[in-house]
Amino acid sequence: MATAAHQVTPSEAAANPVPEAIVVRFAGDSGDGMQLTGGQFTLATALAGNDLATFPDFPAEIRAPQGTLFGVSAFQINFGSTAIETAGDAPDVLVAMNPAALKVNVEALKPGGLIIADEGEFTDRNLAKAKYDVNPLSDGSLSKWQLLSFNISQLTLDAVKPFGLGNKEALRCKNMWTLGLALWMFDRDRQPIVDWLKAKFAKKPELAEANIAALNAGHAYGETAEIGGDITQHSVPAAPVEPGLYRTVTGAESISLGLVAGAQLADLPMFFGGYPITPASAILHHLSRLKEFGVTTFQAEDEIAAVASALGASYAGSLGVTSSSGPGIALKTEAIGLAIMTELPLVIINSQRGGPSTGLPTKTEQSDLYQAVYGRNGDAPMPVIAARSPADAFDCAIEAVRIATQYMTPVMLLTDGYIANAAEPWKVPDMAGYAPFPVSFLTQAPESGFLPYGRDEKLARPWVKPGTPGLLHRIGGIEKAQGTGNIDYSPANHQAMTELRRDKVAGIDVPDQDVALGEASGRLAVVGWGSTFGPIHMAVRRARKQGLDVSHIHIRHIWPMPGNMGELLAGYDRILVPEMNTGQLKTVLRDQYLVDATPLNKVSGQPFRIAEIEAAIAACFDGIAGNEGGELPADRTQLPEPMSGHDDGHNKAGEGATSPQSA
Amino acid sequence: MNDMTPIAKTSPKDWESDQEVRWCPGCGDYAVLKAVQRTMPELGVKPENTVFVSGIGCSSRFPYYMETYGFHTIHGRAPAVATGVKLANPELDVWIITGDGDALSIGGNHTMHLLRRNLDCQVLLFNNEIYGLTKGQYSPTSRVGTRSPSTPFGSVDRPASPCAFALGSGARFVARGIDVHKNLPAVLKAAHAHKGAAFVEIFQNCIVYNDDVFAPFTEKANAATGQLWLEDGKPMLFDKDMKGLALDMETLSLKVIDVADGDWQAAGVIVHNVRNRAVAHMLVEMPFGPFPMALGVLYDDPRPTFDSAVVEQNRAAAQGKAADLQKLVAKGQTWQVEKQPHVI
Repeated sequence: MATAAHQVTPSEAAANPVPEAIVVRFAGDSGDGMQLTGGQFTLATALAGNDLATFPDFPAEIRAPQGTLFGVSAFQINFGSTAIETAGDAPDVLVAMNPAALKVNVEALKPGGLIIADEGEFTDRNLAKAKYDVNPLSDGSLSKWQLLSFNISQLTLDAVKPFGLGNKEALRCKNMWTLGLALWMFDRDRQPIVDWLKAKFAKKPELAEANIAALNAGHAYGETAEIGGDITQHSVPAAPVEPGLYRTVTGAESISLGLVAGAQLADLPMFFGGYPITPASAILHHLSRLKEFGVTTFQAEDEIAAVASALGASYAGSLGVTSSSGPGIALKTEAIGLAIMTELPLVIINSQRGGPSTGLPTKTEQSDLYQAVYGRNGDAPMPVIAARSPADAFDCAIEAVRIATQYMTPVMLLTDGYIANAAEPWKVPDMAGYAPFPVSFLTQAPESGFLPYGRDEKLARPWVKPGTPGLLHRIGGIEKAQGTGNIDYSPANHQAMTELRRDKVAGIDVPDQDVALGEASGRLAVVGWGSTFGPIHMAVRRARKQGLDVSHIHIRHIWPMPGNMGELLAGYDRILVPEMNTGQLKTVLRDQYLVDATPLNKVSGQPFRIAEIEAAIAACFDGIAGNEGGELPADRTQLPEPMSGHDDGHNKAGEGATSPQSA
Repeated sequence: MNDMTPIAKTSPKDWESDQEVRWCPGCGDYAVLKAVQRTMPELGVKPENTVFVSGIGCSSRFPYYMETYGFHTIHGRAPAVATGVKLANPELDVWIITGDGDALSIGGNHTMHLLRRNLDCQVLLFNNEIYGLTKGQYSPTSRVGTRSPSTPFGSVDRPASPCAFALGSGARFVARGIDVHKNLPAVLKAAHAHKGAAFVEIFQNCIVYNDDVFAPFTEKANAATGQLWLEDGKPMLFDKDMKGLALDMETLSLKVIDVADGDWQAAGVIVHNVRNRAVAHMLVEMPFGPFPMALGVLYDDPRPTFDSAVVEQNRAAAQGKAADLQKLVAKGQTWQVEKQPHVI
């Protein structure tokens, strides 16, 4: 039953040496349970001590029509014996549960990579749905890869027969069969999955047993069956990581935990106002289960009520938090302005997704930076922090709470769909290592008299809870008189208050900018933010191995930026800014520091591949005597769209690297 | 807040802030402000535990003039802000001040959800059937044909009825008052006594842009025939008790009947029962003209409040669970890395 159609040339094999990391992509119909399979494989892999990164890639439709190209759901995991920073570029192994999954994903597979296909699903009907005229499993079109195809559907049905399930239910165990095979292939322990299945189906033990049987059958198939060719078991050794207790964490989980931790460090109850939106809803789900930590969650009638209620809660003395994605943040904007005007703490989390408008709800993008930094009416400065990974989001959430409560200001925390959904190993933090920053509410008028808009040394106004005798006052969205906070439209006052709001945010104490990799000055700095950390870091590491003088700077504090940023950037000949947008951080850097920041942009809904950034780095050193670097065209073969003509200064090829902004 | 210190007696003056009141001379808002400041001392509440939350519009300046805590928010969002305030501290006495445009147009969604959730608060909707602060455009309660800067040929869309909207949204307390009427404090007191969202429509005269729009029933000369003041357990009588409301059994609707010699029972006048939701629906839909304007407490039938349910669920869900942050971050399947493995 197994057919091996691989005719891998020696050069292909050489191009694909035994890797220190392996990338596996599970792809199937959105009803096939691929996210679940990926998630459990992730767990088994983490327990085996590998470092890893994952990339869930699923359609926006909950149940897209079966077998169609747009209904394909995929989960990619990169795991290995060295530090893993990305979900990997090209998969080494593709598990394709139907023709559509094969069609959508096979081109990404490395030459010589392995395809595992469920030939039971390659029926005429499914082939037609995937727009295949001929069955690709038998026409030789996959010959640059290794192909293993067998009837997973039938093998699963055979394995679960004793449990008397209906055909449909029995076929649902297919993903566990596949997982069993994958576990065998990479020498992973099945026990955690067995435990998990038992817990998941505690009320339906026959389902648990059937799934376990499928899992074992897939594993046994790998061990005993006549799998052809060079397909053997891989053993990927554990990655060198700091000793300690580890768990896997998704961005949505770590943000929730970070918010809870931040509220505890600030000694505040938390109020979370949310409204369902992909991919931000998971934070609402997590927090709604943590009531013992003084968390009140409120699913509001809309995004506006979500933020407005959070602001009301902050006014009443809680830590108000709200979360959404771009379209929802747009709706919240007016209330964020009110938080800026009334100078109340508020944490706003934006899990960015592709835009504009509804855009690409389940795909990732970094295109809300302008919205975060500039996107409000009036001069409305607001601190902005960006998380780089699921694990990093924990500390970022705490930092957001610290700034919001210490400076009496709304703070926006940027993550994205990739961070929210992806999982990575996380060294469980020792909470004793976090210094508390307890809030002190004003409870008594100072001797000089109570001023609702008086200032402390950080320019923050006092936080007074309603219910406090003697400090009664009124606040609102109309311009405030300095000190008293009474309505004041006078020209001099508005000038002074505008400057005060600006200075307060500009003066926020943020840590100095460090260099993530490389020297603090040199030929080239690759400057990034958010979830592009991984591919940038890997690309810079590889470029440095080739001897290129390149450093990686990763910015967490987008606004205000660290105080040493200008000086640091001035130490490099060139600045390259890869972003999943049309050049937003680049604009901010040019504006703030008059540096000739060069954009590298991608907005395809997929994360950067390491190779794309590597090519851009190499281009900086290309063609000019002494590798001084010159014009930096984006590698058009790597990018899905030509440069847009947006104000990136590089829309006319060959005109040199000057930009209108920095000229 | 939670202390047991006796509540000091206050006078209306104690509820006046030091801010200069800035409504147009003759505005009905002055009368409402006075009525509220007269009512507060009778409620047995402390100024520091009282929060007035408003949206945008003439009426929404109200919180600045009350010596309490106050939050003048953004257009239409007062119910949402108030929800956060109340959930964060259920012991606060929360009043929402809003207008017809604020509550029923830009903030209609929030008003609906506040009422259906039944947040414990008072909602005072100042209805003047016009946008005053933006200089006189017609509002969602303006009658068909209202001429305004934005409808020079008369408005063509049908108005919303605030009390019908409230009842339809699930409100458990619906009342009506008139800005300058002596009964307004009694209506406010009843609203405050109701545990849950208490919705009060106050007919408020805009002297500049919509003067006398309610005169057909608010003018002294029209009061007897135009006003039906409802009282729980009392017959629905008006026009010096010479007229009353009865149920037309054939059409299952209300009708106006004459009462001879004060024998309202013989005439079939019905007795007001504030818990009768079906009759409340009829009262709020009653067209003015053929019928008088139903005023006072139209409906009052409390149900458990949203805030109390949230507090109770939070308590129950947290019961027996320690808030151990260290345990929380280490939850789920974990593994121990003992020492640096060999680096390849």
